[in-house]
Amino acid sequence: MANSYLLKRADFIFRNENDWEQILSNSIKKKPQALINELISSELKGRGGAGFPTGLKWKLAAEAKSDVKYIICNADEGEPGTFKDREILSKVPFKVLTAMAVCGYITGARQGYIYLRGEYKFLEDELNKVIDEFEYYCKEIKLDFKIDVFMGSGAYICGEETALMESMEGYRGEPRNKPPFPTLEGYEGKPTVINNVETLAHAYTIFKEGAKKFYDLGVQYSRGTKLFSVSGDTPKPGIYELELGMSLQDFVYEFGDGDTKAVQVGGASGFLVPRKKFKDAAIGYQGKLTGISLPTGGSMMLFNSSRSMYNVLDNYLEFFREESCGQCTPCRVGCQQLLLGIKAVKRGEKPASYLEKLLRLTETMQYTAKCGLGQSVANSFSSIVENFREEMIY
Amino acid sequence: MNSIQSLVKDLADTHGRKRESLLPIMQGVVTREKFLSEYAMVEIAREIDISAAEVYGTATFYSFLETQKMGKYVIRLCKTITCSMKGKNQILLAIQNMLKVGLGETTSDGKFTLLETNCLGWCHKAPAMLINDEVYTELTPEKVRETLTMYMNKNDEN
Repeated sequence: MANSYLLKRADFIFRNENDWEQILSNSIKKKPQALINELISSELKGRGGAGFPTGLKWKLAAEAKSDVKYIICNADEGEPGTFKDREILSKVPFKVLTAMAVCGYITGARQGYIYLRGEYKFLEDELNKVIDEFEYYCKEIKLDFKIDVFMGSGAYICGEETALMESMEGYRGEPRNKPPFPTLEGYEGKPTVINNVETLAHAYTIFKEGAKKFYDLGVQYSRGTKLFSVSGDTPKPGIYELELGMSLQDFVYEFGDGDTKAVQVGGASGFLVPRKKFKDAAIGYQGKLTGISLPTGGSMMLFNSSRSMYNVLDNYLEFFREESCGQCTPCRVGCQQLLLGIKAVKRGEKPASYLEKLLRLTETMQYTAKCGLGQSVANSFSSIVENFREEMIY
Repeated sequence: MNSIQSLVKDLADTHGRKRESLLPIMQGVVTREKFLSEYAMVEIAREIDISAAEVYGTATFYSFLETQKMGKYVIRLCKTITCSMKGKNQILLAIQNMLKVGLGETTSDGKFTLLETNCLGWCHKAPAMLINDEVYTELTPEKVRETLTMYMNKNDEN
């Protein structure tokens, strides 16, 4: 096992700190440009899964010319196998609110929103109480920033940033065409910064500890730590903060049950890695490390040898078929046909070679679907079908 | 003014009468009524001055905004991969046996509706379900029977 990185635990996000008032009042004494430079040099990337450089996003929004701008915290955590954002919002909400307010100060936005998924409605009251306390302090230090909670109503696709904005504007949550990107035309057509809950929590750490401390963790192209939501066939499911860049082998060594057959990295829209490829796979953003490098929103689902990969794929496709917004044809029809297709192969109504046709269909979806949902169905589909072909047929 | 009319009016007073207010208003109606009736949707459309088709079109997009009559307690059992691996089907059977309803059906006393839903975000404590906004995790058939008994014995007044 060459170039193996042992798992490095970290504890930044959930460390209980009562110094948010100090961090906030210190930050807004600095120049916006200095704060942006700090974020850019930390190389923090979006923790929702897509991995856009956070500093750059804030910079673009700061440069956009408009009197009205918005900050949105994306808490529509719908990816199967992800549950870290709920934990952040229930345990350390102040960190997220502070980062939002600092972002507001940098970009000139005076209004923030937390888009909370309907499934987490039980968090709403508590969160509103925290926000009241937070806004009271903002008034005290004469920072003009308000935060409101906007509830979702059970739609996976609303985690896509432009679909989320459509939903907030009172429409069906159908993604928009990009460009224009939200930093230029977002919510209500105004420049908007939209960040994942965890990204904001990391931004807080960077404002507190400085960019260098964050940059020194992780590996090249994948700096810092990340929360991982571990579930499935594991003796210790839960949320763990780990440095990026670890190999999947080490991960399975720590979290597997001794019989791990495959790991789904990044939820239903991510990749399935079979046992024989564990040692070549590293968790981080793009840039070659030891072989394949897998970006992730933090969902890690382990499967042991008692699980049928056909059932897993069937479950994912049913999920996608229901959650596809139906706006563009490749995704709407594609998800239906993929599900019908694997069922037909399993029943013997179609020859095994039909799987190749389905793989070509996912390729078409990857190129032609409008948003990340349709484009990423190919990830799990091809990684499961290619690695566990016999389970799809027999 | 009947009760739906006054509810919609109150919600519009709180959330405003813009298009952005549509989702919060619909959510408010669902919180009390458990679903959006045709009548309620027409009332919402009238109150914020948009077409009723727009209200219906938006409502049907969201899985938590039901347009069919629901029971007082809506059970949403998670069916996504981890919950499904950890024995969702046994839980489903236990609920069905106890309430004598199938998926998507409401008990004859109008108290429970049984639905399946996609990932609730409790994979580390699978299987999980929601009853209205309340979460129940690490379910076993015994645990789910206990929980449902508690709901059955709940006083109807509140």
